[in-house]
Amino acid sequence: MAKSVREKENTNVIICGVGGQGIILASDVLCYCASLAGFDVKKSEVHGMAQRGGSVITHIRFGGKVYSPLIAQGTADYILAFEKVEALRYAHYLEKNGEIIVDNREIPPMSVLVGEAEYPADIDRRLTRMGKTHFIDATSIAAELGNMRVVNIVLLGVLSRFLRLKEKHWRDAIRKNVKEQFVDLNIQAFGRGREIAG
Amino acid sequence: MKSLLSGNEAVARGAWEAGCRVATAYPGTPSTEILENIIKYPEINAEWSVNEKVALEVAAGASFAGARALVAMKHVGLNVAADPFFTMGYSGVTGGLVVVSADDPGMWSSQNEQDNRHYGRHAKVPILEPSDSNEARIFTKLAFEISEKFDTPVLLRLTTRICHSTCLTELGERKEIEVSGYVKDINKRLVLPAHARALHLVVEERLKKIAAQSEVFRYNRIEWGKKTLGIITSGVAYQYAKEVFPEASVLKLSLTHPIPEKMIKRFAKHVRKIVVVEEGDPVLETEIKAMGIKVTGKDKIPLCGELTPDVLKSSFSKRTKAPAKSSKVPPRPPVLCPGCPHRGVFYVINKLKLVVTGDIGCYTLGALPPLSAMDTCVCMGASVTNAQGMEKALGKEFSKKLVAVLGDSTFFHSGITGLVNAVYNKGNLSLLILDNFTTAMTGHQPHPGTGRLARGERGRRIAPEDIARGCGVEMVKVVNPNDLAATELAFKQALEYDGVAVLVFRRPCALLVKPRPPYRIDPESCNGCKLCLRIGCPALSLVFPEHREKPLAVVDEALCVGCGLCVQLCQRSAIFLSRKSDG
Ligand SMILES: Cc1ncc(C[n+]2csc(CCOP(=O)(O)OP(=O)(O)O)c2C)c(N)n1
Repeated sequence: MAKSVREKENTNVIICGVGGQGIILASDVLCYCASLAGFDVKKSEVHGMAQRGGSVITHIRFGGKVYSPLIAQGTADYILAFEKVEALRYAHYLEKNGEIIVDNREIPPMSVLVGEAEYPADIDRRLTRMGKTHFIDATSIAAELGNMRVVNIVLLGVLSRFLRLKEKHWRDAIRKNVKEQFVDLNIQAFGRGREIAG
Repeated sequence: MKSLLSGNEAVARGAWEAGCRVATAYPGTPSTEILENIIKYPEINAEWSVNEKVALEVAAGASFAGARALVAMKHVGLNVAADPFFTMGYSGVTGGLVVVSADDPGMWSSQNEQDNRHYGRHAKVPILEPSDSNEARIFTKLAFEISEKFDTPVLLRLTTRICHSTCLTELGERKEIEVSGYVKDINKRLVLPAHARALHLVVEERLKKIAAQSEVFRYNRIEWGKKTLGIITSGVAYQYAKEVFPEASVLKLSLTHPIPEKMIKRFAKHVRKIVVVEEGDPVLETEIKAMGIKVTGKDKIPLCGELTPDVLKSSFSKRTKAPAKSSKVPPRPPVLCPGCPHRGVFYVINKLKLVVTGDIGCYTLGALPPLSAMDTCVCMGASVTNAQGMEKALGKEFSKKLVAVLGDSTFFHSGITGLVNAVYNKGNLSLLILDNFTTAMTGHQPHPGTGRLARGERGRRIAPEDIARGCGVEMVKVVNPNDLAATELAFKQALEYDGVAVLVFRRPCALLVKPRPPYRIDPESCNGCKLCLRIGCPALSLVFPEHREKPLAVVDEALCVGCGLCVQLCQRSAIFLSRKSDG
């Protein structure tokens, strides 16, 4: 995969998925990493009800000076999604040249399980139409590593290849934000993510 | 030094720096993390109170005693605490008293979108509105100073995007402030009519003094830009205005009640056109219009829903280059977690086709399909009282198919008074208390039924069944909600019972216990009958394999926590344990 860093004042990243997938931790790590790089940073997230298996989105912005903690539609440089339908739900945030990094995972929402809605069969194609999309087998990698909870950090490893932030800062940010006994595992997961991003 | 803090963390830090001694709260999104972070500062005597009225009164007592005190709640919490809030506006303070209200525009996790800036005006209490975490920290400190200087509680008004947005924040040191001690002063603190009449005059005078302060308040400031457009704004809306109208002149209000009239008039004189950019109700707009100044505001900017840069932009320009929202994306509302102990109760309710007066908590999700087992949800505690009212209107027979449902934390918050009322007034009521040993919805805070205090230390456990008996309920049962047969039997007994019956369904929240090994479904035995899907477990789904005539139910082993509820529904014993528990 090519590194595609665009020159622009602020970098906007949307992280989305299903409540309970570790989205908030992932956004904490990214946010901290960007602050280590000396950027002004803002992050906005949703707590409460949605964390019970609902759709979750966080906004992260960093650069010279950030006012709004919310990203405007059509201005996200990257969407990091933990589930495909969630990527599609927020794809309208993507900038014209923005890119989607998505775990190759489908989690049917209750509306699908009870037969009220359908999981889009052509989801991959629809995503690709919204912008350049990278499908990542992050869940499989996490399974290989023996802990499904590190999917978030595997995906951050992939994202790290696209952002101009130092690898050392990423590792420091992981150390700062995960529980001590899981640091090694998460650093490993991050490394695997970077690897597959090529 | 700068640190990344959310607005809530910043309020906690600000309280600590300000020498705050006592802090109280009842959890509620988006305010919860304020007390959760205050707990980390040992200098502050912090508690989770049982409800917001209690929390505010405890903080008020601390203020009477001369200690700086802070109380935090979500917007609707201030409805519960409104009574002491208004009177404290009359009494004023001794130690600074800061009331934090976290509003939830967009209703991310709330039942209404009320704008609590009205409360400050209504109770004649000054309001501070930070626009980011750093201001949240500074304004918390200033709120204590204003409170003591003007002898008034101060309303620190936050919104979801302040509470749950993180940015770089300066850190200061704590300034110890001695507790001044208690000095009797009944004219101030004993609001008999005779005293209150005098206090009302004081309140009106005080507002004038604070209005003068508002004119010179450092954080009410003008940022001059082009004079063609002037924006008056406050709170997070300031950030959106700067983003969308980078060239405009901006009057940023921070002490937003009372507003600085002279400053606003001066600003108005220098700009050609004024737009008031505020989230929620036209609060500033109405006051500015009353000053005779022509402004644009809610005629363009929506009053309902969350304000965002997109909403602000599209209020003034129809042109947009953003791509359209994808259509036909299946919705993903929140659901009861796999293994949630509430699930069994709602399954039985659905099966028995009961009418349910509901309440607020994770268990409100029992209202969603396929469980669809809730009819009403008004406010915390209303399940009990609504059911009693329905019985009054429709008679005893109706109460045989009616249950009231609420969680353990909700019961302590405001279910007890309703229960006493029902017993006293000879109601026929079946009350189900879903006791999962925690306040789950807001992220697992302790409450009296857990026997744990705010910092995790052991307290005294007060069991809901003991309270029910103490309230005079004679039919009280404790049931395991994961045992569907026992649950159904208990329902029948309670519904048949003449008088008030209380069933306590006890099983810890699935997020607090170690998951058990997942179940599997034997494809040979499964006939695709879908019985197991009726419990609405996210770990169960139906697939349609190509080579198979009938559909097949499957368990997502990554989600299943081995609660075994579905096993009890399968008529063909197709659901089995994939491996033995490792202990
Ligand atoms: C007056 C008021 N305060 C706070 C809240 C926020 N809130 C919603 S549900 C809930 C707690 C529910 O806990 P519990 O009754 O134990 O049910 P659980 O979520 O554990 O199922 C809280 C604090 C609210 N909606 N209204």
